Amino acid sequence: MVKIPVRKPTSSRRSVRILSVAVALVVGVLGGLGTFTLGYGDGLSYLTNDPTACANCHIMQDHFDSWVKSSHRDVAACGDCHLPHDFVGKWITKADNGFFHALAFTTGNFYEPIQIKPRNRRVTQGACLHCHGDLVDSLRPAEHGGDMQLCVHCHSDVGHALRR
Amino acid sequence: MFKKAPENSNRTAPGRARAQRGNVLLLGLVFVVAVAATAAVTYVLITMFTHKQEARQPFVRVVEVDEMTTDPEPWGQNWPRQFDGWKSTSGGEFYGGSSAMPESKLEQQPWLKRLYAGYAFSIDYREARGHAYMLYDQGVTERITQKPQAGACLHCHASTTVLYRSVGLEAMGEEVTAEKLSSEFNMPAVIRGFEELSQQPYQDVLAMLYATPDGTPGENEPVFPQAPTGGFTGEYAGQDVPADHLPLGEAHPVTCIDCHDPETMSIRVTRPGFMQGIRDLAEGDGDASHLPSVEQWRAGSRKEPYDPNKLATRQEMRSFTCGQCHVEYYCANKTTLTFPWGEGLTVDDAEQVWNEMEFPDGTEFYDYKHGETGAKAFKAQHPEFELWSQGIHARSGVSCADCHMPYEREGAMKISDHNVQSPMENINNACQTCHNVDADELRKRVETIQERTVAMTNRAGAAVTDMLDAIMEAKAAGATEADLAPIFELQRKAMWRLDYISSENSKGFHADQEAARILAESMDYSRQAQAMALRWRAPAAPDTEQLETEPVKGVTPEGKAPANP
Repeated sequence: MVKIPVRKPTSSRRSVRILSVAVALVVGVLGGLGTFTLGYGDGLSYLTNDPTACANCHIMQDHFDSWVKSSHRDVAACGDCHLPHDFVGKWITKADNGFFHALAFTTGNFYEPIQIKPRNRRVTQGACLHCHGDLVDSLRPAEHGGDMQLCVHCHSDVGHALRR
Repeated sequence: MFKKAPENSNRTAPGRARAQRGNVLLLGLVFVVAVAATAAVTYVLITMFTHKQEARQPFVRVVEVDEMTTDPEPWGQNWPRQFDGWKSTSGGEFYGGSSAMPESKLEQQPWLKRLYAGYAFSIDYREARGHAYMLYDQGVTERITQKPQAGACLHCHASTTVLYRSVGLEAMGEEVTAEKLSSEFNMPAVIRGFEELSQQPYQDVLAMLYATPDGTPGENEPVFPQAPTGGFTGEYAGQDVPADHLPLGEAHPVTCIDCHDPETMSIRVTRPGFMQGIRDLAEGDGDASHLPSVEQWRAGSRKEPYDPNKLATRQEMRSFTCGQCHVEYYCANKTTLTFPWGEGLTVDDAEQVWNEMEFPDGTEFYDYKHGETGAKAFKAQHPEFELWSQGIHARSGVSCADCHMPYEREGAMKISDHNVQSPMENINNACQTCHNVDADELRKRVETIQERTVAMTNRAGAAVTDMLDAIMEAKAAGATEADLAPIFELQRKAMWRLDYISSENSKGFHADQEAARILAESMDYSRQAQAMALRWRAPAAPDTEQLETEPVKGVTPEGKAPANP
């Protein structure tokens, strides 16, 4: 046998081995750091319905404080108004807002005072109707999708007064 | 991947090599992605940590500040964000020198020259600038450099509490030590010192202020440039400043210590004028429905006088600190600085106090004798606090700081914006916290109020001008002082009301209906005075009793109306 062809696979196998170890290390570090960060940032609390989780990142503190004193305190927490009541919609909305809120707060790039997005506005309107639908049925447009005022146009104080 | 390929693998050598290259590429890709993801997660972790720290520790006290520290720089080391905001009141950089002076109001509104005839404001009166300029602009205005003014002016334009305390202690026969100056505020001594100095010449008190310790011995580099001694012409009160009159040390405009307790950082009232003024308001029966602690004190035993530093709510203090200076007052050398609040906070209440007041020598109170007609007039200062008190925002519990120093977010910290400015420069934080309305719409609402008020102000200015012309014509026709006495009374009322709104710095926004009412009254008094002055010259009016007047008629043509049953 000639020496060179034997050596070649050996050295390439070694470098593959080194690379593999490096990858394992980096993935391990990522896993560890990720788990730690998730724990440190109370990441799992976002999977619950606990309203204090919404004030985790400090931005919603005023809204939370106002909600504690609101008329809806005992009947609806953050998620009850700000998330759809069907399974798929709820988790898509959670993921959507979770990602974009985290991005906005981490980069600091957002409008103050914070304002609700049109999509989330539709969610809250749906939540009003989820509970009060029977009561206000006669106020709703005759056709599906017809023009109407949002409930919070007048009832802006029910959730968190003075913090819109 | 560490398994040996089976002996009889049908892969060819090049095939194996290709597969291995693929594996290596995949590994490399995973490596790069994992490294990038780790960097991103670390970044998130660090931001999270920073925000948690911010939420826990709003500041770190790295240097000590005490009651002597009028120099804002040590405070700035402890509270850099607030300090930066305060410095921003200069508008980015400090614009000094005579060419950078703001526009003259006298040129924009020429009737002001007539209004202030015989008073220093007719010489030099300009648009206001930010807090950074308060001492500089006072030092160079021709009102100071050309006419004698009193030390009381520095009550609001400089950080004077240490000077007042020091002079006060001395006047009370106590020994003045650094320990006494730095350990406690000592309001009685501050009030005493202020009384000692308020009637001294401005330039003497300014020189004393320069020589007063500011908490940073050996450091004499002010944050903002100091005004040239004697302004741009080297004069005080029209006299050349002596060559040896060089200021030693630093003098500061209103700084941290003037609103904050150096121990607790809580906001406080430090100005003798306000302490006395708010006490007078509490003891009187003027409306104070927007000041709950005053109402509470009135309902209580009243054993001790009302003290804002002990009784006022935090929300009231967020207006009281501003109300120490942004008010109407008497500030010249015939008596000590006075806030006219004994009857209440309206324009009429202040007028009543001035009308009933006498100087200590028993003579009638007035600010100046009008240079043309000779009527004794009142000069309105800048009654922002009083006009705000008449408006919807005060009624709704909104303080000065809520709009002029709104809360802002810095990471996880909530701080008050120390760049005190017009809320129109910061509509989202100042207005939208409460008003869920588009920023453009909010701006237009404010502009509408301000444009209407300015138009009305100019109309009232024209009325005052016509009145002055008519009075001068009556004088030229031989009217004596006694003849003109009732006209002078009207002139004073008209000028006081116009001045009250034109000097107030919100163009009517602080209380728009009240501003309109005051201007309407001003125009009415001006025209009354004008008519009276014209009548004095006119021949006696003929009797109007004999003139026929038209009786009431119906609208239906005659003859077509149905006959009465």
